[in-house]
Amino acid sequence: MRMNKRALLTSIAASAVAAAAGPAFAEKKYGPGASDTEIKVGNTMPYSGPASAYGLIGKSIEAYYKKINAEGGVNGRKINFISYDDAYSPPKTVEQVRKLVESDEVLLVFQPLGTPSNSAIHKYMNAKKVPQLFVATGATKWGDPKNFPWTMGWQPNYQSEGRIYAEYLMKNRPQGKIGILFQNDDYGKDYVKGMKDGLGDKAKTMIVSEQPYETSDPTVDSQIINLKSSSADVFFNVTTPKFAAQAIKKAHEIGWTPLHLLNNVSNSVGSVLKPAGLDASKDILSTAYLKDPTDSTWDNDPGKKDWLAFMDKYFPEGDKTSSFTVYGYSVAQTLLQVLKQCGDDLTRENVMKQAASLKDLQLAMALPGIKINTSEKDFFPFEQMQMQKFNGERWELFGPIMSGEVGS
Amino acid sequence: MELFLHQVLAGLATGGIYACMALAVVMIYQAIDHLNFAQGEMAMFSTFIAWQLIQWGLPYWLAFGATIAISFVAGVAIERVVLKPLHNAPVLSHVVAFIALLAILNSAAGFIWDYTIKSFPTPFGNGPLFEQGLMSKHDGGMIAVTLLMLAFLYLFFRHTRIGLAMRAAAANPESARLAGIRVGWMTALGWGMAAAIGSVAGMLIAPVVFLEPNMMLSILLYGFAGAVVGGLTSPGGAVLGGFLVGIVENLAGTYIPVVGREMKLTIALFIIVAVLCVKPSGLFGRPIVTRV
Repeated sequence: MRMNKRALLTSIAASAVAAAAGPAFAEKKYGPGASDTEIKVGNTMPYSGPASAYGLIGKSIEAYYKKINAEGGVNGRKINFISYDDAYSPPKTVEQVRKLVESDEVLLVFQPLGTPSNSAIHKYMNAKKVPQLFVATGATKWGDPKNFPWTMGWQPNYQSEGRIYAEYLMKNRPQGKIGILFQNDDYGKDYVKGMKDGLGDKAKTMIVSEQPYETSDPTVDSQIINLKSSSADVFFNVTTPKFAAQAIKKAHEIGWTPLHLLNNVSNSVGSVLKPAGLDASKDILSTAYLKDPTDSTWDNDPGKKDWLAFMDKYFPEGDKTSSFTVYGYSVAQTLLQVLKQCGDDLTRENVMKQAASLKDLQLAMALPGIKINTSEKDFFPFEQMQMQKFNGERWELFGPIMSGEVGS
Repeated sequence: MELFLHQVLAGLATGGIYACMALAVVMIYQAIDHLNFAQGEMAMFSTFIAWQLIQWGLPYWLAFGATIAISFVAGVAIERVVLKPLHNAPVLSHVVAFIALLAILNSAAGFIWDYTIKSFPTPFGNGPLFEQGLMSKHDGGMIAVTLLMLAFLYLFFRHTRIGLAMRAAAANPESARLAGIRVGWMTALGWGMAAAIGSVAGMLIAPVVFLEPNMMLSILLYGFAGAVVGGLTSPGGAVLGGFLVGIVENLAGTYIPVVGREMKLTIALFIIVAVLCVKPSGLFGRPIVTRV
């Protein structure tokens, strides 16, 4: 009986708070996977297979929600993060996501990784009306609320980034002759499109050579030679890590020294620039939107200190020099903000509504001034980046925060 | 004209990669009369062993030698453990075993060393071979080593007892056994040598394409193309075939607009099919005659 009395008291106290907090609290609404005690969040990640390096993102997210749960959860509910391995294979993603939706009955699917994997579940998620939220790929097609209202990206999309480089060139190298090396798929073509859109009418005269490569090519040596002989003096390098390292190395070897723009996908110092040769990588330009954990500029930054404390306590085996742990930490915080905003209305509709109502969200590990903004029509959370230059040792940020908004 | 020369030389350099691999393919074909699909992964795994040894502080050449020795022993062991029990089984069983080996080695390498790319040192020094920088020192060194291996194989198969015994064991196991050759061990020896040659190929290729578990997947395909063009029974032909594929691939990619660049891999496959149609035993291979 005593317990009951206490429960009664708490509930009275709670309703007093509720009255103050507004009507949302009064009517608790739950979609599948949500209850008074927990919120089920589904996810797929390549923990095995060729892209398993990305698995670090999933592990960081899991560690972060362990921290949140230990500190009392979100609005009193624990986050139950269910993450399955899809080995970066789209058919497996479909299988795992169906399991998440139909058997685990999660409230939403969060951060499934990879452009092909997300393409494979794109239609399914929208037909089932389950949020496919903050997907881990930069393809531009995730920001299409008209046709796919249940899907949203997170990181700056490839076209935006392409536009930012174009803006930089228009200002600093208006007479430049651009040679492009790009992966012959959606990802590579998105970048090229962003660049061309950004250059506008000048694209035809400025771009002197476009060299595609296939992921099955053993090397890109032949393409680099073609670019050099096209007399390009700007090199737009749209490649995944292995080919980026090959391209940097080859260009250096044959003595081609253009202004080198390297896409954000491959600007990891440890896994691209170091293998390619730090000397050969000097003066390369790229973009950033998150803080580089190896950059000593942030040593006294409270955001980085919090992140380090989190890593030490909840993910001690995680790699503190990897940008993936920062990425996982940041995207997990973004979902946390959405769930906080949802309050007690934990339906799938409200999750999407709140995800599309993020205003000037400054994440602790995002660069100062780079904020997340979304709206009913804007499904691109990050659209700003800052340019950076590699000094032979680490990246140095320079210039203003640039926006590469893609017209919707 | 300058572009043409550049592309030919670059083709020669990548051709060197394919030639290395083609040589390993021919080696195993000589020993077991089959193509080994796991050849590339075996080479990749050996290269990781070399990388690990270097990480542990061994000097390059010591690691190089040790890796060849380890690979040789491992090759013999694979034959003894995995393939000996299958030696009377139909070809399909062998193919399945090869594919299983491929998957196992690939995943194991990923599990142990993860999938991020690693730089592999070159013993030939960095920088261009000649003034103009058409070819790097490493490319030159790689081609030289390939030719050296070729010479070694030539001498081995033509002029040593054991080399002749191996050829006999592969070509006609029945008669070879009657002549007192231990056919089973010859096959194992063939595997060992193929693994050793593969490890050399891997260590030469890795500085160019960077070391990671999938580095050999497409290279093996081009290596097969080279071996088929030259003839699966002729080491010299295979090396020449490798160079040929490298050059043709680059020139087609550069000079045939649209088709070229996007269809580079298709070109390799097209070469395989074309050669098989016109000259099934390859440009330099012995025609295969079976006694009925």
